[in-house]
Amino acid sequence: MIRETQVAMREQSAASRVRNFDEVPLGYTDEEAREEAARCLQCKKAPCVQGCPVEVDIPAFIGQTERGDFAAAAATIKRTNNLPAICGRVCPQETQCQGVCTLAKKFEPCGIGRLERFVADWEREHGAQAVEPPPSTGLRVAVVGAGPAGLTCAADLRMMGHEVTVFEALHEPGGVLMYGIPEFRLPKDVVNYEVDGLRRLGVDIALNMVVGKTITVDTLLSEGYGAVFVGSGAGLPRFLGIEGETLIGVYSANEFLTRVNLMRAWQFPEYDTPVKLGRHVAVVGGGNVAMDAARTALRLGAEHVSILYRRTRQEMPARVEEVHHAEEEGVDMQFLVNPVQLHGNDGVLAEAECLRMELGPPDDSGRRRPVPIEGSEFLLDVDTLIVAVGNQAHPLVPRTTSGLNVTRWGTLEADDDGVTTRKGVFAGGDIVTGAATVISAMGAGKKAAAAIHRHLAGG
Amino acid sequence: MHQILAKQALGPEIDEFQVEAPRVAQAAVPGQFVVVRLHDRGERVPLTLADWDAAAGTVTLVVQAVGKTTREMHERYDVGDGVLDVVGPLGEPSVLVHEGTVLCVAGGVGIAPMYPIARALKQEGVRVIGILGARSEDLLFWVDRMREVCDELVLTTDDGSVGRKALVTEPLAELLGAREVAHVWAVGPAVMMKFCSATCSKAGVPVTVSLNPIMVDGTGMCGACRAEVGDRVRFACVDGPEFPGDQVNWELLIARLAAYKEEERCALDRYRRMVREAAS
Ligand SMILES: Cc1cc2nc3c(=O)[nH]c(=O)nc-3n(C[C@H](O)[C@H](O)[C@H](O)COP(=O)(O)OP(=O)(O)OC[C@H]3O[C@@H](n4cnc5c(N)ncnc54)[C@H](O)[C@@H]3O)c2cc1C
Ligand SMILES: Cc1cc2nc3c(=O)[nH]c(=O)nc-3n(C[C@H](O)[C@H](O)[C@H](O)COP(=O)(O)OP(=O)(O)OC[C@H]3O[C@@H](n4cnc5c(N)ncnc54)[C@H](O)[C@@H]3O)c2cc1C
Ligand code: SF4
Ligand code: SF4
Ligand code: FES
Repeated sequence: MIRETQVAMREQSAASRVRNFDEVPLGYTDEEAREEAARCLQCKKAPCVQGCPVEVDIPAFIGQTERGDFAAAAATIKRTNNLPAICGRVCPQETQCQGVCTLAKKFEPCGIGRLERFVADWEREHGAQAVEPPPSTGLRVAVVGAGPAGLTCAADLRMMGHEVTVFEALHEPGGVLMYGIPEFRLPKDVVNYEVDGLRRLGVDIALNMVVGKTITVDTLLSEGYGAVFVGSGAGLPRFLGIEGETLIGVYSANEFLTRVNLMRAWQFPEYDTPVKLGRHVAVVGGGNVAMDAARTALRLGAEHVSILYRRTRQEMPARVEEVHHAEEEGVDMQFLVNPVQLHGNDGVLAEAECLRMELGPPDDSGRRRPVPIEGSEFLLDVDTLIVAVGNQAHPLVPRTTSGLNVTRWGTLEADDDGVTTRKGVFAGGDIVTGAATVISAMGAGKKAAAAIHRHLAGG
Repeated sequence: MHQILAKQALGPEIDEFQVEAPRVAQAAVPGQFVVVRLHDRGERVPLTLADWDAAAGTVTLVVQAVGKTTREMHERYDVGDGVLDVVGPLGEPSVLVHEGTVLCVAGGVGIAPMYPIARALKQEGVRVIGILGARSEDLLFWVDRMREVCDELVLTTDDGSVGRKALVTEPLAELLGAREVAHVWAVGPAVMMKFCSATCSKAGVPVTVSLNPIMVDGTGMCGACRAEVGDRVRFACVDGPEFPGDQVNWELLIARLAAYKEEERCALDRYRRMVREAAS
């Protein structure tokens, strides 16, 4: 008899976790992992593998986990995924590997993400087996951006024998994993460990290098790099474009999260960067970024945190698990509400004027379009407002590189293999797709690595 | 790690640092800045490139101690010490003019960022008139360096200890009235740039200022540095830092500069306590 539901993962209670930045889910024990692994049917044409953008050999690693051979399971995953402890935590598994799991037809899908996390954590705690990269081909590749796309592309190219330098603008590698996703969802030690794994492979990571400013893609190509991969992400924050948005107390989610995560403002004044938070915080948006910002604000001590979303719960792009966690912690969800003007006192935010909305007919994206209800204005007392309505492609690299075509959304034009309009320049991840997911960025990095390998071989 | 190769006091709390940063030195042009992080708990602070030497691989920064980080630099960072991160060059280059007479008005520590701009204008063949102002003589620096790149130089101090006893806007208004001026650059404290811009507007002469809002990354990904310029919201770190001064919303800039007053005081008090404890 097969268990119908996944083995539950223990987590910190809502009451205790809103006062700390420690990780919320606590992970499986060896026994729990083996019990969950035993649920897998070991399907022959495993659909789950097709559901994973980096094609982790899921039945194989789960089988090894069931037998208790965790080291082998780790090696299996690492064959195609260099960042398993990260993916196990933040992949939207419900729409990827687990969404197509055979078990899901009748029961809860196999807990692939949880098992992947378990195996990766086990390896971190027990020491990884050293992987020997092949001898150098002497060919050099430059990677722009140390986010999931760039890191994956770099690791794959290194394993093909090429010499790789990753150029990263910030002082820490990881991209959104470092500056965006909060500690309580993805501990920074986990990210650092996985990035160190790449360094051990011999990938060179050059920090504080703003490509387009410190050095350009054109210069990299003329300095002896045989190809350049651009994985510079969607780091440009969108604002609402309403009056009062420059008041003190209004943040982009990027600024708020960067201060807290990358600059560690949650440990101010031990760390020098502060973050200013009022008692009443409103977060505008309905995606993962909005959930992260709201839950972070609670942990920093805000009395009341609400999420203002202009559609309803059904249309929310955030993962169900994230919304659930946020609500458990006390985030107040306000649906069909949209701020239209912000009012201040002496330059400091005091009130948000909002409109109530109703859902009209579907728009281009297939979601029902929110339309304002006339005369429904109301004022909300807020002293901090965090705008989390999406990020756009970062314009710096496209703007400073000749021969790269840009779409009307500002993203780079590239095909499925990452081939751009400029010979020798490849691209993938959020800079091509617009804000998407960690695992799709990794998938794009992988495909581009293969294409770069062919390009280098073809001369 | 970026080694400090030279440090020189330019005034009571103003230091000139020569820092190793070969990549930055090679790419730098006037108008740009770097973001510096002293150590692994440090804040990212923007500082203008006051000079650079591509061959030697060094950049020159002039820093005034105003809060925790800059005070730490003043008191604890010396020749041989390393600065953890120096990122840049950031921001758009100055858009130079190529003929006529240009006034370069610099206030206080703004003299440092003004120097490479004035030098570049001089190289363009422009007639450069410098106006340097400070509260008193001991806060005025680089007068000789500025004299080298200016055809005329006017000095002012608030207390009259050297040069004219006046604010920089006085000689600025006089020169705008007396000469045919093509363009004005004004760099210094926000209030000074605001009044210079007003003076230029009245005379109908275009003015460029260098905005110094609070920044975090300096690469365009956070929006902390947003300023209103001509009814549009701009990110000073990537769209600027130079903008037409007559179009800047100065009240907003000045208000936003004070956003973290309490936290800055807290950080500075804590730092002073640590220094005292270390000394005793
Ligand atoms: C708050 C937040 C929460 C999220 N939560 C999830 C989640 O739970 N699950 C999920 O799957 N996805 C999530 N995402 C989305 C996911 O993080 C991104 O889709 C993914 O990180 C994209 O990877 P990337 O490598 O393309 O870009 P990024 O991660 O953005 O990395 C790009 C890197 O390039 C660097 N860079 C940019 N310009 C330059 C330049 N000119 N020179 C040098 N370096 C440069 C940047 O500093 C950055 O390090 C979240 C995003 C955010 C913002
Ligand atoms: C483009 C640009 C170029 C600059 N060039 C120079 C320069 O060449 N020499 C120099 O001495 N100063 C320069 N500044 C100002 C300098 O960055 C600040 O004085 C410094 O960040 C203060 O940090 P602190 O910790 O010592 O002081 P804090 O106590 O943190 O702050 C003191 C004052 O500095 C301002 N400030 C604080 N943090 C920042 C920040 N991250 N970014 C910008 N301003 C901040 C605040 O408005 C505050 O009034 C420049 C600023 C910008 C934006
Ligand atoms: S990497 Fe993500 S999508 Fe692939 S198997 Fe792991 S959790 Fe699933
Ligand atoms: S689809 Fe589900 S049950 Fe089948 S192999 Fe994959 S994880 Fe196991
Ligand atoms: S400092 Fe972050 S966008 Fe300018």
